[in-house]
Amino acid sequence: MLTHALSACQRDFNERCAQCSEVNWGLTDGGRYYCRSCHNVTERTREVVNTDFMTNSRVQTISKGSRKQEKTDGGCEWYVCEGFQLILKKQAEALEALGVCSQMKDEVLYSFWRCYLQKSKQAYCNRPAGETVKALSVRESSTDVDSEPERPSLLHLLSLSESEGDLLTDCSFASSMSKVSESTSIYSGSVDGSLYLMKNQKEKLRMTMPTTLSFCYMALLWLREPITLSELLRFVVEGHIPYLNVFQHFPEKMKLCGLDLKIFCVESWPVYEEVYNKMLELAVFLDLPRFPDITDSCFLHPDMLCIKYLMEANLPDELHNWTCRVVKKIGIGEVDFLTLVPGNKSTRKVKYDILAAAVIVVVLKLLFLLDDHYEWLLSDLAEERNKNNKEGGLYFEFKKWYEVVKHSLDVEQKKLDEERAKYLWRCEKPLFYSVKNKSRVLKRRQMVVNLQNQFGKLSGSVRRAEKPNPSSFQLRWSEENTDGSCFHGHSLKGILQEKCGLLTAMNPDYWLCTVKLCNEKLCGHLAHYREEDFPQSYHFVLRLFSFLLRIQPSYIHDEVCMIEHKLFNKKLYKKLKYNTVLRK
Amino acid sequence: MDSFLEEEEDEEAAVGRKRSPAAPAGSTLQPPLHLPFLPVLLHQPASSHENKVNFKKSKEACLSYIQDAMLQKQWKRAAEFLTFYVESLEKDYSREPISPSEMIWRIGTEILCHHSHSSMKEFNCFVEQMKTLGVKRYLKVCLEHVFHLLCNGQIDEAYQNLSLAESWRFGEQTALQDKEMKLIQAYRGLLDYYSWSKQKNVLLERGLDGFADLSVEQEMHSCFRKAAVNLKEIIKIPGVWDLFVKCYVDLLEFYGDHNEARQVLNEYAYNSKFPANPNAHVYLYQFLKRQGESKKSVISALKILHDIVPSHELMIDFNTMLQKSKKRKKRRLGLEVIFAALDYAGWKENVKAWSCLARQVKQIVISEKHLDWIKQEWNSRKDWWPAFHFSRYLAKRNWQENKNLSYEKALVAGILLGKDGKYFKYVSHQGCKAQVKRFRILKKFVNRRNPVYLRISGLSDSSVQP
Repeated sequence: MLTHALSACQRDFNERCAQCSEVNWGLTDGGRYYCRSCHNVTERTREVVNTDFMTNSRVQTISKGSRKQEKTDGGCEWYVCEGFQLILKKQAEALEALGVCSQMKDEVLYSFWRCYLQKSKQAYCNRPAGETVKALSVRESSTDVDSEPERPSLLHLLSLSESEGDLLTDCSFASSMSKVSESTSIYSGSVDGSLYLMKNQKEKLRMTMPTTLSFCYMALLWLREPITLSELLRFVVEGHIPYLNVFQHFPEKMKLCGLDLKIFCVESWPVYEEVYNKMLELAVFLDLPRFPDITDSCFLHPDMLCIKYLMEANLPDELHNWTCRVVKKIGIGEVDFLTLVPGNKSTRKVKYDILAAAVIVVVLKLLFLLDDHYEWLLSDLAEERNKNNKEGGLYFEFKKWYEVVKHSLDVEQKKLDEERAKYLWRCEKPLFYSVKNKSRVLKRRQMVVNLQNQFGKLSGSVRRAEKPNPSSFQLRWSEENTDGSCFHGHSLKGILQEKCGLLTAMNPDYWLCTVKLCNEKLCGHLAHYREEDFPQSYHFVLRLFSFLLRIQPSYIHDEVCMIEHKLFNKKLYKKLKYNTVLRK
Repeated sequence: MDSFLEEEEDEEAAVGRKRSPAAPAGSTLQPPLHLPFLPVLLHQPASSHENKVNFKKSKEACLSYIQDAMLQKQWKRAAEFLTFYVESLEKDYSREPISPSEMIWRIGTEILCHHSHSSMKEFNCFVEQMKTLGVKRYLKVCLEHVFHLLCNGQIDEAYQNLSLAESWRFGEQTALQDKEMKLIQAYRGLLDYYSWSKQKNVLLERGLDGFADLSVEQEMHSCFRKAAVNLKEIIKIPGVWDLFVKCYVDLLEFYGDHNEARQVLNEYAYNSKFPANPNAHVYLYQFLKRQGESKKSVISALKILHDIVPSHELMIDFNTMLQKSKKRKKRRLGLEVIFAALDYAGWKENVKAWSCLARQVKQIVISEKHLDWIKQEWNSRKDWWPAFHFSRYLAKRNWQENKNLSYEKALVAGILLGKDGKYFKYVSHQGCKAQVKRFRILKKFVNRRNPVYLRISGLSDSSVQP
């Protein structure tokens, strides 16, 4: 895409050189034209300088009049990747507004995107992809590279060749593409919308709407920003990060129709797994090296995330001691385990948020068993102790915790369900597949607005309140509340016992969620979860974290199984062997 | 049993002891984890399903919230969710059994009908939009609109709307909605009938005063013609058209066209293509009665009604008519009719029905002829009528509430169940105690006729002479 701008600039300035009368202009670092024959530098500077990576070069050149004339409908030529570039820019800006450091937008995401464009041969390369282009004669071109802004870090990763010819394509590329656009304009508003979906894109990663979020998450992970994927997706759903209807922020002249709708219109929320897997694919596709280390001081380290989730789940702070021990015992706090190494197939990739939640679930199972029996027994004991013990901290009562959290969870879940049902998917800017049904679509839109107004008046409640401020916490418990609904300070003493000089759980038993893990690569899951097969307390705990992370309980269950198997690996192996011996 | 576990525990405990055993929470030097035992039986799990939250799902959820709200008559809440549901109009769901636009029409109508803040103006505005939304149900929407207008007493507006709908043309859709069009025309005919009958009343009043207004009369006749044409059309189609038939017959009778009226009613009652409809026979019976027709035709009309609805209120008239008949067969039918009517709870406390039965039963007993009729009817009822009609509780209640009823019932009970039956015993005892003459006579009558009971109940077939 950059190449188009360059060829355009060439066409922009075609006066003869004042000294040698040649027309062979290059660009200096300062953006001035210089003559390649006699090295005469002119006073003329290029007006379009692509220093801001997110600036849409094509759109800019349009405004300078160099782009192919406007189409009859007042739109202009644009490419699908430009659309995605705009979307990424919007998303990065939103993340910045949420407090993510500006490096993310200006350096990391920018580099990833450029690298992507290059690897997928959409720009920064000799021959942009596309059947039509191949047929063209590749003429030696001679305009200099655009001035590259200083990029202190990461650029070395991206193996961007900055030699002259590399960034250039044939001058006639744009005009050839316009031929394409003429023949395909019935199907899409963008130049390459139809090609985009038609092409066999197996060898390269095609951009989709969920992939934009994969880009964002990858950049966040690179910077080790304190934001998890589940949180990112929640912010998307809550509208803090542009995703749905993001095309309404496109410039007026970028018209969407036909196949563009299939690319840019989404009618589903991003799915955790999809975004996550796309991110892994992207990292491999871009040939990224090992990501920066996730150490125990990072937000994404399970010990840190456990603090957050323990708080949010209103569980005693003391449990953190136990989560740390589990993490340590099975080595999931190790840097090598936690750090993403693209392409390394031998390691299981870590979903930090789910992992941390699963650790807490395992700890709860260790201490309370969660078999619909033992946890209530312990709760009764704790209640008894609390009655006798008037001073000092309270003992943790599972029953009280369950009642308090269940109530809040039910209320919030109901709110969430209603919000989902009330979600408005359409924006002011209506979309139509072709000009033919434009009037119909507009009429429908008008009617929808009318009906919304009519019944909105009857609904009594004022139009939806402002979207809530973004928050890392969905459930809040404060110790300042005197109603005793906060369990952070409660003590676990009642359920621990001193044995051989160290505190262990009173509970001597354990039940495994699964005996045998499935093959994740073949089956897609490590384990399988069906609510009715498991104790209700266990399901409740899964449901709580499923609500907090906005993912299916089965994902947490998978991770719980994985942790259990690491934890009990030795015992389980012996036991299975023992069983088979017995059978013989 | 888990002896092999001990070595690990020991090993861990040893490590724990080496470090500070009671390390404070959160310190870097934590005691290692002590692992509990595994159960004897290991658990095998199953698979799960997951769904994406998407546009369609969200709208489906929205719809179910609307339905819940409507069921609980929370019209405000229903309206609130409907505001969010209308978006589904912008999505083509042609494969759905009921399209969103139809949903919105039905739900919106319901909300606007019940919501405290809605007005007729708002309703009209909504309906106009709905009309443009679906050509396929244009006439249905029109018809529904008309009903709403009529319910709100806006008869002129309703008439206007019907006329407009009648002139609607939309390619092949007009033909496809032929049935709806017929209904539209029929309802216009009905409104024409309405104004005809209004004018008729005006004329009749003025006629009494000696005024005769020619223009009103002419207008009335033109109303008649318009109404008659449309009403005649609709009742040709098999269906339940009670209202239309009644109005059409009224028109015909007013203008003296009794033959046509009879034909219409006969067709309506007897054409097998029409669904079974008790009212058709009622209308025919009433017409025949008005016309003073022969007993025979009247009875045949009621006979069919008896077959369809044995509990119909006209069965009393039917029984009276049959009892008077000289033919045995008809009297026999009369007994059947009144017994059948009293099988239904609705007649339980109807004095008229019981007196009909009492009269006929008494007649038969006195004449001592056809006791087998009673026996036959009683046979299928003797298991349940005593509990259904003749319990001690009912005897007590009937006596308290309605002496006439208990008298008639006691007579029947005395004959059917003998003098020792609970009902008869209680009522006759009470009657004698209250020194009411007819109860004493009743007691005597039953006591004397007790052998009849034995014959009816089949206890002494051989001992009693026929």
